[in-house]
Amino acid sequence: MATGLTWTVYDADSMTQAEIYGKVLCDLGAMNPKIVGLSADLAKSTKIGSFGDKFPDRFFNVGIAEQNLFGVAAGLAKSGLLPFVSTMAAFASMRAAEQVRTDICYQHLDCKIIATHAGASFGQAGSTHHCTEDLAIMRSFAGMTVIVPADGIETALAVRACVDWPGPVYIRIGRGFEPRFYDNEDYGFKIGKAVTVSEGTDVTLIATGVTVLPCAEAAKILKEQDGLSVRVLNMHTIKPMDAEAVMNAVKETRRIITFEEHNVYGGLGTSVAEVIARSGKGCAFASVGIPDCFCEVGYPEDLYTHYGLDTDGVVTKVREVMKIEFEEDEDWEDEV
Amino acid sequence: MISQEEISKLEAVAWSLRKDIIDVTGWAGGAHIGGGLSVLDILVHLFFKAANVDPKRPDWEDRDRIVLSKGHAGVAYAPVLARKGYFDFDLLKDFNKFKSPFGMHLDGCKVKGVDVSTGSLGHGLPIALGLALGARLQKKSWRTFCILGDGECNEGSVWEAAMAAAHFKVTNLVTFVDRNRLMIDGPTEDVMGLEPFADKWRAFGFLVNEIDGHSFSEIDSAVQFALSEKSGPVVIIANTVKGKGVDFMENQVKWHYGGLDSELVTKAKASVDRYYGKA
Repeated sequence: MATGLTWTVYDADSMTQAEIYGKVLCDLGAMNPKIVGLSADLAKSTKIGSFGDKFPDRFFNVGIAEQNLFGVAAGLAKSGLLPFVSTMAAFASMRAAEQVRTDICYQHLDCKIIATHAGASFGQAGSTHHCTEDLAIMRSFAGMTVIVPADGIETALAVRACVDWPGPVYIRIGRGFEPRFYDNEDYGFKIGKAVTVSEGTDVTLIATGVTVLPCAEAAKILKEQDGLSVRVLNMHTIKPMDAEAVMNAVKETRRIITFEEHNVYGGLGTSVAEVIARSGKGCAFASVGIPDCFCEVGYPEDLYTHYGLDTDGVVTKVREVMKIEFEEDEDWEDEV
Repeated sequence: MISQEEISKLEAVAWSLRKDIIDVTGWAGGAHIGGGLSVLDILVHLFFKAANVDPKRPDWEDRDRIVLSKGHAGVAYAPVLARKGYFDFDLLKDFNKFKSPFGMHLDGCKVKGVDVSTGSLGHGLPIALGLALGARLQKKSWRTFCILGDGECNEGSVWEAAMAAAHFKVTNLVTFVDRNRLMIDGPTEDVMGLEPFADKWRAFGFLVNEIDGHSFSEIDSAVQFALSEKSGPVVIIANTVKGKGVDFMENQVKWHYGGLDSELVTKAKASVDRYYGKA
């Protein structure tokens, strides 16, 4: 049982996702006067408040009213500005789903949504504040780009990149206390392109968000203990998905497991499965996430352990999938 | 103050457009004709008098923005835009047809002159508020007009936006409510009571102007007042008649949405002519 210490506010001095987001947005705001910030009484929690502190005239807190939040953002975008909207993922993707879809996506508006407290990152708050549905919802909106950064560094890169990425963008981050994965920004982040965390030929783990770190750690353990060559892909962009990276994994490792802090229906696993199914080529496949249930209450690290999304869970799942038998035919052409 | 000559011109435009709405409803196979006829005079006043718009430059940066929040009145909106000169009226013969740019709720990405795509109710006022805030922030002098349906005011998002418009002291936004007192399932006061409607807006921080929504003189005075008022947002509650100008449709719930065969088209147009004293 975790103590929760790693998730308290005392860790906020380190580089958290949300804090970095707030800082990056301030930097961008100084360069681009078109950028405006919006929140719905979560300016402090989502860290967009630091933008508001720096640019009070360009920040609108609409109170606890998410439908109005995204409607106003649409209007601001229509007036020629570049809105960044932040609220909790559950409210952005569900309370205001129709406004995001109809006011923003349908009108092809350049509006960037940075949704916080996603997945089980606010595990203590219970299911009303968990958000394990947003990827399924957001990726079904025509024209929406969906990004799940692995940590604060990647959040910074995603927030910077989305300014020049046309159309609506949904960036999903945690509560802000997630462990750091990247040491620096120079690993080649590009929207829509998976990042190879480790090369491997026996199995590919496709991870997104907070599951990238445990997958990377598990790959090392599996190499040492099982002699397995494990490829790990950081699939930070759920839509548009890097189908090429998925297909290379199918061809070169022939076993794929996805890991995500989301219902197993509709998110990363489903997206990867769609790519594989469309290709007509077979592979052993498993998806790990929240197994079509509402999350238990608890500190996130306890929940990740419970749902097999921590390092031990990844190791266990890989060993299980390595036992699956399937046709290991070297001739790909006859499978099409 | 608007002159009698201008009023006569607007009346002539509205007379012609009421018959256009009837034609488009006939071609479309069905449309929201009742609410289209109730909101028409407000649309005519905006496009032919109050709003600073130019059909030759539909994307002109300094134009006034018009948000038809009650997007189902597309059957009125589209003919108004056509007659204003945004596109050829004959295109409306394909209204609702396969791949037509004109569905019953107009899409701003497909139809020139439509600033905001609407249809789902309760969306227009928040977007209009964002437009108004955007203009203010960028020190632009263009104004935003928003037209709500009264039944639409059941939506909580309308009141979220109303609360915020007052909080942000938005004065470059003019909000109309087309108060025709009927929604799909019946009278507004039976389905979900709105009264005391004006007091609700006042309680949310709006100045309220209640008018006859079919009187160009009253619409004009209300718009002038709203544009000159700088203490807070203004709402114009325009009392209207659903199906206005077509005797067999007026105040009839069943004409919220309907189709017209050639016989009914003729009958409806004859009624419009009588309404304008032209028969």
